[in-house]
Amino acid sequence: MRQSLWRGYCVTFRLFSNHRVYGCSLQPVGQNYWITALPTLLIWTTLFVLTDKMASMLMNSLRCCPPVNPAWAVQYATRSLSTSVQLHAQVQTKSKKTLAKPGVKNIVLVEGVRTPFLLSGTTYADLMPHDLARAALQGLLHKTSLPKDAVDYIIYGTVIQEVKTSNVAREASLGAGFSDKIPSHTVTMACISSNVAMTTGVGLITAGQCDTIVAGGVEFMSDVPIRHSRKMRKTMLALNRAKTLGQRLSLIGSIRMAHLTPELPAVAEFSTAETMGHSADRLAAAFGVTRLEQDEFALRSHTLAKQAQDAGLLSDVISFKVPGRDTVAKDNGIRPSSMEQLAKLKPAFIKPHGTVTAANSSFLTDGASAVLIMSEEKALAMGYKPKAYLRDFVFVSQDPKDQLLLGPAYGTPKVLARAGLTMDDIDVFEFHEAFAGQIMANLKALDSDWFAQTYMGRKVKVGAPAMEKFNLWGGSLSLGHPFGATGCRLVTTVAHRLLKEGGQYGLVAACAAGGQVTHYTNTSSYFNVMDRKVILPVCVSGPCDGDRSIPPVEQDSGRTEMMQEKTVYAYTQSGVTPTLSDCTY
Amino acid sequence: MFSYISCRTFSVAPAMSARTHVNYEVKEDVAVIRMNDPTSKVNTLSVQMQNEMIEVFNEVLANDAVQSAVLISSKPGCFIAGADINMIQACNTSEEVTKLSQEGQKMFARIEKSPKPIVAAINGPCLGGGLEFAIACQYRVATKSKKTVLGTPEVMLGLLPGAGGTQRLPKMVGIPGAFDMMLTGRNIRADKAKKMGLVHQLVDPLGPGLKSPEERTIEYLEEVAIQCAKGIVNKKISLTKEKGMMQKVQDYVMGIEFVRQQIYKTVTAKVMKMSKGLYPAPLKIIESVKAGLEQGPDSGYLAEAQNFGKLAMTSESNALIGLYHGQVACKKNRFGVPERPVKNLAILGAGLMGAGIAQVTVDKGIHTVLKDTTVEGLSRGQQQVYKGLNDKTKKKTITSFERDFTLASLTGQLDYSGFEKADMVIEAVFEDLNIKHRVIKEVEAVIPPHCIFATNTSALPIKDIAAASIRPEKVIGMHYFSPVDKMQLLEIITTDKTSKDTTASAVAVGLKQGKVIIVVGDGPGFYTTRCLAPMLAEAVRLLQEGVDPKKLDALTTGFGFPVGAATLADEVGIDVAAHVAEDLGKAFGSRFGGGNVEVLKTMVEKGFKGRKSGKGCYVYTPGLKSKDVNPDIEDVLEKYKLTPNPLVSSDSDVQYRLVSRFVNEAVMCLQEGILNGPVEGDIGAVFGLGFPPCLGGPFRFVDTFGANKLVEKMRRYEEVYGNHFTPCQLLLDHAKDSSKRFHK
Repeated sequence: MRQSLWRGYCVTFRLFSNHRVYGCSLQPVGQNYWITALPTLLIWTTLFVLTDKMASMLMNSLRCCPPVNPAWAVQYATRSLSTSVQLHAQVQTKSKKTLAKPGVKNIVLVEGVRTPFLLSGTTYADLMPHDLARAALQGLLHKTSLPKDAVDYIIYGTVIQEVKTSNVAREASLGAGFSDKIPSHTVTMACISSNVAMTTGVGLITAGQCDTIVAGGVEFMSDVPIRHSRKMRKTMLALNRAKTLGQRLSLIGSIRMAHLTPELPAVAEFSTAETMGHSADRLAAAFGVTRLEQDEFALRSHTLAKQAQDAGLLSDVISFKVPGRDTVAKDNGIRPSSMEQLAKLKPAFIKPHGTVTAANSSFLTDGASAVLIMSEEKALAMGYKPKAYLRDFVFVSQDPKDQLLLGPAYGTPKVLARAGLTMDDIDVFEFHEAFAGQIMANLKALDSDWFAQTYMGRKVKVGAPAMEKFNLWGGSLSLGHPFGATGCRLVTTVAHRLLKEGGQYGLVAACAAGGQVTHYTNTSSYFNVMDRKVILPVCVSGPCDGDRSIPPVEQDSGRTEMMQEKTVYAYTQSGVTPTLSDCTY
Repeated sequence: MFSYISCRTFSVAPAMSARTHVNYEVKEDVAVIRMNDPTSKVNTLSVQMQNEMIEVFNEVLANDAVQSAVLISSKPGCFIAGADINMIQACNTSEEVTKLSQEGQKMFARIEKSPKPIVAAINGPCLGGGLEFAIACQYRVATKSKKTVLGTPEVMLGLLPGAGGTQRLPKMVGIPGAFDMMLTGRNIRADKAKKMGLVHQLVDPLGPGLKSPEERTIEYLEEVAIQCAKGIVNKKISLTKEKGMMQKVQDYVMGIEFVRQQIYKTVTAKVMKMSKGLYPAPLKIIESVKAGLEQGPDSGYLAEAQNFGKLAMTSESNALIGLYHGQVACKKNRFGVPERPVKNLAILGAGLMGAGIAQVTVDKGIHTVLKDTTVEGLSRGQQQVYKGLNDKTKKKTITSFERDFTLASLTGQLDYSGFEKADMVIEAVFEDLNIKHRVIKEVEAVIPPHCIFATNTSALPIKDIAAASIRPEKVIGMHYFSPVDKMQLLEIITTDKTSKDTTASAVAVGLKQGKVIIVVGDGPGFYTTRCLAPMLAEAVRLLQEGVDPKKLDALTTGFGFPVGAATLADEVGIDVAAHVAEDLGKAFGSRFGGGNVEVLKTMVEKGFKGRKSGKGCYVYTPGLKSKDVNPDIEDVLEKYKLTPNPLVSSDSDVQYRLVSRFVNEAVMCLQEGILNGPVEGDIGAVFGLGFPPCLGGPFRFVDTFGANKLVEKMRRYEEVYGNHFTPCQLLLDHAKDSSKRFHK
């Protein structure tokens, strides 16, 4: 008995220590827990050491991180301060068309918010998933001044379900004070769950079912369901049905040591029994992505995220007063380090020659996001100033073993073809960074004629996105990756970047896989949104520079600018592309 | 500039072009030695390979720029599949073979003592001499691919690992582990090999990337191996593995001489029990290991080489190597590529056979329909397929997902829906001509014109079944052996009307199912059943003459049959045996006589149908492995009692009475053209009926034993029992002319 308690303790211990690093509990569940706990703990501590040195290394890291090209960093800085002339010229020279389709409603993203993304086990530790979702919903309500009964439908995405709130969308919307007359449902599709929530909303609007949708996602890794073993569950259920004391006693007597071993949520793909980190490592090797490239990309992500955070660009983050704790207003996983520090880490999955480490993988995160999606007429009628059109999307899936994380490479050309665009037309790319190695592999796949011909049935490659357009405000590696919530963050970020940088088209891509405990065995699926810039660079400064604490003036400024938008929209709908001159009100 | 290049090319070219099998390139300070036999799909340690390897090895040692080396194969799916068997077969004396072995030992000893560490990078089979090569290297890295297997299969060829294997393995994986590997010859997968300490590091196979998965996986393996080689040189990787507690305890225990002696004893006893002393190789393996451990390496290597030489000259080894070659030949489709591959297969009858066929088909990517007439029958069959796959899941050879995915290709049904898409129908319904005729008519009404109708029967002539067909060119016999998932043989029977494409298609399906295939002509009992029937008739006569079933079993297994005659009858089913005996008795007349068919019939009447009914010659209690003789058959045998003739009833005579009838019938099948050749005859008898593998099959047995000696014995039995023992003409021809041989 004592031994089993010790085991139980170790299990719990392992679980928590593991969950610092996304997907790190690669060891098969069910053997030698106490042995596996130790190495995982080491990774964890290392990360914290990095955190402590973070500030002092920031400057250093900027210098020693090749992808962060100082030249464009400067350019970028100027851009974000004011609308540069150069940018105007660029926009003007491109002959940009509208992606509106005849007979299909225009669907717009009105607003997007998210709670700060925190390392699991930190400030949110004592909450429940729906609390986080509630915070995001309330933030959205605040930011948009949306009347609580104006929403037609609420959809949430999540991966690991808290069994008490399995329809977390419903619990969160009730808790956030939405009208109890608003139906809500929860969807799941691993890391692209909130993308599914949004596209479900898009579908409902297109089908004429709804006009106003709140979609979002939530993930809470600070607490995950740990089950009794199947044997124990069976005994307990039988105990429920037992009628006599004798039956009960005999059932209780049948409980053995083995019954007491708990069942942990396995991080392995159900169909292949392979952990995602392991798969990412193999993928990186298949594309010849080196450790150096991965570390550089990870450092780039953290550096850019830090810059974006410091510059106040992450305006989708709302501040959240955690009951019993402090108010949280910032993501806490961003920690730029140095290449030397990153190089010291041991591989986390394939030992000893693997290349995926704790530092170049996304970490386990708590967080929630929410977006307000409306039909264009409705948004305008309600006086909103939408941020972007949601134009098109594609889901693809591949072999869950060897191409688990290769979705973006397959989906990007498809969605571009659907929209009639090329890679160069896209101004803003936001790709979900599950692992640095996975991102690099996808970029290499996109840039390979051989891959395009052999596996995608294309004549030529579509090309890799330009790095100076790619994940410029950090990504899942640095901001964090609450599985269910990342999709909405990506879409909102694209909209905000389009506004900030003055682009017209944005593209979102994310890979997903069989989630942690879900029975979800879909292969890498993929989601893509075409965002079209509707707001002029000159108009951006007002609403979008929003701080996390929502200023009461904001809605006013939004409403005044809305009038300007209408004109632009009219043009758009008649098929004329708005040019800069159209918009210089 | 120009002159420099030409000069360099000039100096390098002769050496490079001379070598076709082994090459090397220096990457930084690591020499990557690549093997590739351009003449074959697999690498073997042929003379040329060895010579080039020594040459390259000398160059690598002499090259000051090289600190370490990586040994890798350029073939995507094969490291080294073993030594070249032909090399051994080309020798005429055991001394020559001993010398071969010593050369191998010398070469690997040099590898082992190499001052520059050598890392073996293994992807694909690493067997026999290949494994001995790998374990002579300082470090081993292997891919986790399903193709990567390590093992010492020499024992299966009646040989022993003759290039240091018996000496190095016990040190590497411990004495018990080494015996297990060398005495069973089984393949060890990479992950198991890592656990055993046979390889140091594993590499995952890669998926699609910027190159084909196979190509990139080898490249990746090479990269990792190079890292390891560098790691060893700069002391980052230690070659002396720190031993765990268990390992230390084990080493201590193995250090006690008494314990070792006990191990030798137990292992020898086990080998004797299993092999009945008919196979010399396992004993020589134990001897060689013992010599090395007890008397030091010098005598160990000497014993290994000498024993290797001795074994290579034994008839057992000759027989086993013959079977190996035969098996390879029977894994090829000599009828060419079929016009259209079978993608949809329908099986009629979900009995033991039908479900077994479904099980070996469904996991090969063929959509399989299993049809029965009753829900109960169908459920039983589906459960059998599920169980077969689930057992694999439990053994972790497949994942539960692979099991489910496989089962998704299996459709169970009671009607003929979907048969319009079938490319082949295999019927496994009850052995009754009328039922088969009804089925063939029903099926032909629903299947498309190209669909092949295969009938799974053990005795009914195919042309009789095809008589009911409107397209006899599409009718063929596919005789599976029960249990289908375990028995390797498939006997395909063609009639005069069967088209070549139909045969090609049936062979292709069989090969996909993983079978060893013999294609034989039509006739009652075809080949296998026809050979077995007279032997079983003789077995029944022996029972009638008062030979106890256990004694009968002991005598047959003592001759080398894996299953005793009485047990075999129980396994086949007494009812089936009675059925076949009667059918073939009618077809072949008194020659197939011997025991009284009524004995079998009475047993069936009493419900003693063999293992399936729980009682036959023996009583089978579920859960119990040991079995007792069925006391109730005493009465039956008493009723049909015969008086044995003491002239032909010695133990040896009993054995030869059984075997000579089997062999005579086999030779007669060749004489009548049922068989295509002696190779297929040997393979069919060994893989389908359990003819002693150490004898290599009936034809090789005649060659080794001597046709004249066999005829002599048969004549003696003929005097007592008449035409049951009359040798056939072909056998007589061979007896007359001792230069005539079935196998050259």
